Amino acid sequence: MTKKLTTLALGVMLAAGPAMADLVFPSLSYRTGPYAAGGIQFADGYADYLTLLNERDGGIGGEKIRMPECETAYNTEKGVECYESTKGEGALVYQPLSTGIAYQLIPKMNVDKIPMLTSGLGRTSSKNGDVFPYVFNFPANYWDGASVIVKHILDQEGGDLNGKKIALVHHNSAYGKEPIRTLEALSEKHGFDLTTIPVDHPGQEQKSQWLQVRRERPDYVILYGWGVMTPVAVQEAANIRFPMDKMIGIWWSGSENDVLSAGAAADGYKAVAFHNVGSDFPIYDDLKEYVYDAGKAAGNGDQHGTTIYSRGLYAAMLVAEAARTAQEMHDTKAINAQQMRDGMEALEITEERMTELGMPKFGPEFKVTCRNHGGEGYAAVTQWDAKAKQWTLITDFIQSDQDIVQPLIEEDSAAYAAENNIPSHCD
Amino acid sequence: MFYREAGDFKTSYRADSQTFPIRFDRYRYYVVLAIAFLVVPFIINDYWANAILLPFLIYAIAAIGLNILVGYCGQLSLGTGGFMAMGAYACYKFMTAFPDLSMFINVILAGVVTAIVGMLFGLPSLRIKGFYLAVATLAAQFFLVWLFNRVPWFYNYSASGQINAPQRTMFGVEITGPLAPAWATYLFCLVFLTLSALIARNLTRGSVGRKWMAIRDMDIAAEIIGVNPLRAKLSAFAVSSFFVGISGALFFALYLGAVEVGEAFNIQKSFLILFMVIIGGLGSVFGSFAGAAFMVLLPVALKVVGVDLLGWPTDTVAHFQLVIVGALIIIFLIAEPHGLAQLWRLAKEKLRLWPFPY
Repeated sequence: MTKKLTTLALGVMLAAGPAMADLVFPSLSYRTGPYAAGGIQFADGYADYLTLLNERDGGIGGEKIRMPECETAYNTEKGVECYESTKGEGALVYQPLSTGIAYQLIPKMNVDKIPMLTSGLGRTSSKNGDVFPYVFNFPANYWDGASVIVKHILDQEGGDLNGKKIALVHHNSAYGKEPIRTLEALSEKHGFDLTTIPVDHPGQEQKSQWLQVRRERPDYVILYGWGVMTPVAVQEAANIRFPMDKMIGIWWSGSENDVLSAGAAADGYKAVAFHNVGSDFPIYDDLKEYVYDAGKAAGNGDQHGTTIYSRGLYAAMLVAEAARTAQEMHDTKAINAQQMRDGMEALEITEERMTELGMPKFGPEFKVTCRNHGGEGYAAVTQWDAKAKQWTLITDFIQSDQDIVQPLIEEDSAAYAAENNIPSHCD
Repeated sequence: MFYREAGDFKTSYRADSQTFPIRFDRYRYYVVLAIAFLVVPFIINDYWANAILLPFLIYAIAAIGLNILVGYCGQLSLGTGGFMAMGAYACYKFMTAFPDLSMFINVILAGVVTAIVGMLFGLPSLRIKGFYLAVATLAAQFFLVWLFNRVPWFYNYSASGQINAPQRTMFGVEITGPLAPAWATYLFCLVFLTLSALIARNLTRGSVGRKWMAIRDMDIAAEIIGVNPLRAKLSAFAVSSFFVGISGALFFALYLGAVEVGEAFNIQKSFLILFMVIIGGLGSVFGSFAGAAFMVLLPVALKVVGVDLLGWPTDTVAHFQLVIVGALIIIFLIAEPHGLAQLWRLAKEKLRLWPFPY
């Protein structure tokens, strides 16, 4: 009995004591709760890419990767618990995939000196690396998304939006409210009317909101939904016979889960994306060989090739490349979080590199600098084909209206810096 | 052997009516306080503070508040989340409007504001009771959350609608913001919890508490023997909301640091605290502590066992957590409807007879 207990205790200690030499990429995922539909896809993509690196290349630069996973259920309290329980393991970078948790962690990152990547989410003004040295949001942010959507609408309308009505149906949270300021600035510039229609968490009930859409008859609807909110919105739009090609979602409202339930009625619905979609990339051959067929796929292994799975792959690729950059910069394999941050700040994603990685044209090219942690703000528009059941890119990567977005970022980050007495990081 | 009055002679009424009349119990209480104040701050780390102790301390204050209303005064309330939000936003407004005001005063003021709001929403309790009152307080929950989402003045017109706690110090030590050391935030919350528990315990032992309990047990009879239902019910709402407001302020300023009202203070928060009170034990200050500890510790414990020790997938553990917590709640309510506090009481009775039970 004693022996048994000793072995057990020993096993527990071995299991609990992390091998410090690994590169630790914690995954604060959410596979449960009202936002699980997107959370599972992202977490699987993220995990599968890191598994591929481990299996094919033996990690990054010969250093193995370890990915402790922690379930947040998109809940900020659990997010805090997850962060605190993983940060001591030598975590190199966090990607919480939740704007609420990101807001929570932004001030802590400066103190704990761990970088965070919030691609296409989080606090938009964290693009200004001068104020937010530890937060990155390349390659695009919410305001870029809003601006690219408006640019696309301009394209559709022949360059004139005077007197047009655009409604923003948004999740009533930090995430959904982020684009309002940009859209207001854009509506002034282009002369369209903006109506904002909030939908409360979790968004299963939207009858009154779509009644309002029906009454106000906007020419376009911009949708900032996440989780169960998006499929409900698409269904309600279909119910009031709103033309689907005039409804454009942000990248978090553009996955298969969001449109499949509405069936044929969702045909033609559009969404922006900051990376390419589909599974027609050479990397999937490697994934199949080293991960799927080896039985090492994360989760149930049924999400391969979906839009947000691709986003998980892309997110993992970005941090893996940043880690590689950091290894070269500091000439050490076992980098720490500070060195990882330097690597992220020196990251350059080129078309050649993406092709090398088996992801040609998977995302825009960009280069991170000290003052620009957010890339160049390129995004493309995708459209849903209900018959073929797939998303396709219908435009090139379009750059957002930097004349509008950049001053807003400067203003918001300057206010944050003043409020919290943050010294300039770049000078 | 334990918990015996034998040999413990009281020579004054004062000594006889103290909170812990049994010597062993009293010393245990002093030891717990000493450990909490003098030992824990020296060994605490970020994980223990932010993942376990802060939520426990803060939820315990909220549970004490709700217990006064539901457990002592018998007024069922589902508005706790809304009142916590009121405390959080009041604290935020005081913090930003008067940057030099001490954080201690901010939190107290947040409690006072919440008490006033709580009294307003308590007015319907004079006419309706039971489930109907629960629905009326549910209105408070939805109205307050809607208000803080809708009116930009409450979140100082920030782009995201979030409120962020600015950095504040006390005696030269940061207690809010990212630089705050774990021991400082812990001690700050612990002081509030200790004071809240002392006040609550003494209120409920005194004439005010007796009036509340009279109203709870039979309001018509209470009225006939001279208890003013208006004053009793509204004072219960005020005191309860005061504590809940304090917990909301601490929840926002010290624990989370950034809050989004729809996410942090939604209806689930009201239910969570109601569960704490029911599982802990209605009408018991100790029950509030036990319930808060149960609801905070159980998920963390299950996670540690499931994910870290057994290596199960995180989603399986998360689902199991729901099943286990749900099952435990049902089992508790069937096996011990008076909650953990009753188990504690029974354990004490058994200990008094030990080793010769009959």
